[in-house]
Amino acid sequence: MRRIAPLGLRTRLIAAFLLVAAISAGTTAALTYQQARNAILKQTQDTAVSTLRDQVEQQEVRLPLEQQELQRIVIELGKRGKPHPWIIFGEYGGTRVSTNPGTPTSTVITDSLRDRVRNNQYAAFQRVEDQRGNPWLTIGVPAVFEHNGYTEATGVVFYASVPLSTEKQTVEAMVEAAQQGAVPGLAIAVVPALLAARSVLRPVRDMRRAAQKLGRGRLDTRIEVRGADELAGLARTFNETARALEQSVRELQEAETRARRFASDVSHELRTPLAGMLAVTEVLDEDAARLDADTAKALHLVSAETGKLAVLVEDLMEISRFDARAAELNLDDVDIAEAVRKTLERRHWDDDRVVTELPDGVRARLDPRRFDVVLANLVGNALRHGGAPVHVTVSTASGGDGERLLIDVADSGPGIAPEVLPHIFDRFFKADAARTRSAGSGLGLAITLENVRLHGGTLRAGNRPEGGAFFTLDMPLEARA
Amino acid sequence: MPRVLLIEDDPSIREGVGLGLRRRGHDVQAAETGEEGLALMATFHPELVLLDLMLPGINGVQVCHRIRQTSEVPIIMLTARGDDFDIVIGLEAGADDYIVKPARTEVIEARIKAVLRRLSDPVGTRPGIETHGELAIDRAGLTVAKNGERVALAPSEIKLLLHLSASPEQVFSRQQLLEYVWDHSYHADARLVDACVRRLRHKIEDPARSPRYIQTVRGFGYRFGPL
Repeated sequence: MRRIAPLGLRTRLIAAFLLVAAISAGTTAALTYQQARNAILKQTQDTAVSTLRDQVEQQEVRLPLEQQELQRIVIELGKRGKPHPWIIFGEYGGTRVSTNPGTPTSTVITDSLRDRVRNNQYAAFQRVEDQRGNPWLTIGVPAVFEHNGYTEATGVVFYASVPLSTEKQTVEAMVEAAQQGAVPGLAIAVVPALLAARSVLRPVRDMRRAAQKLGRGRLDTRIEVRGADELAGLARTFNETARALEQSVRELQEAETRARRFASDVSHELRTPLAGMLAVTEVLDEDAARLDADTAKALHLVSAETGKLAVLVEDLMEISRFDARAAELNLDDVDIAEAVRKTLERRHWDDDRVVTELPDGVRARLDPRRFDVVLANLVGNALRHGGAPVHVTVSTASGGDGERLLIDVADSGPGIAPEVLPHIFDRFFKADAARTRSAGSGLGLAITLENVRLHGGTLRAGNRPEGGAFFTLDMPLEARA
Repeated sequence: MPRVLLIEDDPSIREGVGLGLRRRGHDVQAAETGEEGLALMATFHPELVLLDLMLPGINGVQVCHRIRQTSEVPIIMLTARGDDFDIVIGLEAGADDYIVKPARTEVIEARIKAVLRRLSDPVGTRPGIETHGELAIDRAGLTVAKNGERVALAPSEIKLLLHLSASPEQVFSRQQLLEYVWDHSYHADARLVDACVRRLRHKIEDPARSPRYIQTVRGFGYRFGPL
């Protein structure tokens, strides 16, 4: 069972645990990274922007500005780079100068930065990457002067490009630290996950075993209740349910046992007076002829009913023995064809009402008395409720565990009504509700079935397609007591 | 008509069966307990005993044992179906047959007649004495001697021995023996045969060796010999 399930409870528990651990570690790392990165970059930015602005303000820019003067200011500004050394570019009209004499213009200062600085006279900055992927912070600060309380642009703009490689390294180190921390962290999280899974799964496993045992009929199964968690509550509920179940089953069994014992006791008690009565019925029958008609009729009635009662009580006793599993097989080796013939002979059915098909030389090991009861009931039933001719066919077949004896009893009557068929072996089942008493005790087929089962066989009833009912008996050729 | 001793504690059965049999001409004496029945054995000299197995005081099986110590009178047990264990014990104790209660008088009388019937010899009445090994069987006198000593055999035992020895080495199934020896139906209780064979072997066979006279043929039944 466990192998077939794609994901066991344990796997799912551990997976869920690891997923939660991974999500929390990832989220924490991402947020920390985000915040730390911003803080680091912001600090660098703020320092660089304010430093450049302060430095630019301290420079006196006199217009018109010569290239040498611009170059001087640029070099002056270039020395005061904070927090990192920077490269300063000065632009005034078409004049371009920088702290690097070879490169008067920067590749990292974009036109958008230039536009923003020129248009609104404020310092602006941008984070960019050069062709090689190195991050740069570029700042533009316009040189201004005050005139009648208004700030006016001089047209001179200083740009600083600050390399952010140090910050990049710091951030990369943080990412690495987060990665290196998360993987072993997840690996370590497997251990508590396993422990948790185990602590959850053990009670679940115990409960499964207990439920299996309960299902196999061990109603005294209980689970040890550990702790006070939900699983302990479940275990307690299981135990209460099992206890209640055991109680009900015991009560039912006791009631059934009492009912069966009662039926058995009643039959037993009836048997003794019946034995006395049955011994004298003959006397009644013989003398009735000499009495007046009413008395004679009454005596015949008593005599006949005593006989029926005796049969009924015997059948009840027989059923009680089956119910109490006290029925025994007295096995003997018989020639099956002879056994069938003798049963028919004994009941004077050896005329053309019964057509037999009996194989020669088939020997079976069975209880001859019970076999006689079975066959007599089936044939008697077929003659009474079906119609002659009744076909009795005996054959053998090899089955899974040894040779089987098959006996088919088919009649030529109207068949069994479909609504009656499922109840045909029920005790006292009356096919016709209007007929309150049949010729037999009403236990005939029930006893027949029990006798077949006692031999380890089965009995089936049905209707033949060509009409008429059939009963098929299938039992081991060699019954075991 | 035969003298029948009925030992039965239940008054309705005792009176009912007694009445039924008397009307058919039997001379019936009834006893309520085993002790009373054993006392009547000495004075009444019954030709057959009908014995209820469930008796107060000493039970039917013990009564059967006591009777067999002194007499080979035919004994038929009265029993209820389902008392299987008692039937086996009663047969081992030496009863010849049993009747399941409740039974009609005609059934009881038929059993009585069957037990009392002298076995008709299938080969024809042969005078004189047959010897089979150490056994001398007198078919006319219905006596058996082993090494010259008379062996006391109950009616069912001698009938079984006479039937088997009439056709030495022929195998008879239990059902056949039930029909021939006990006048039962084919489907009767094979334990009657088995119990009788055990009692017979106990009396005529050498206990140290496997049976010579009454041999079991597995899956079929019994045969007499070969010696």
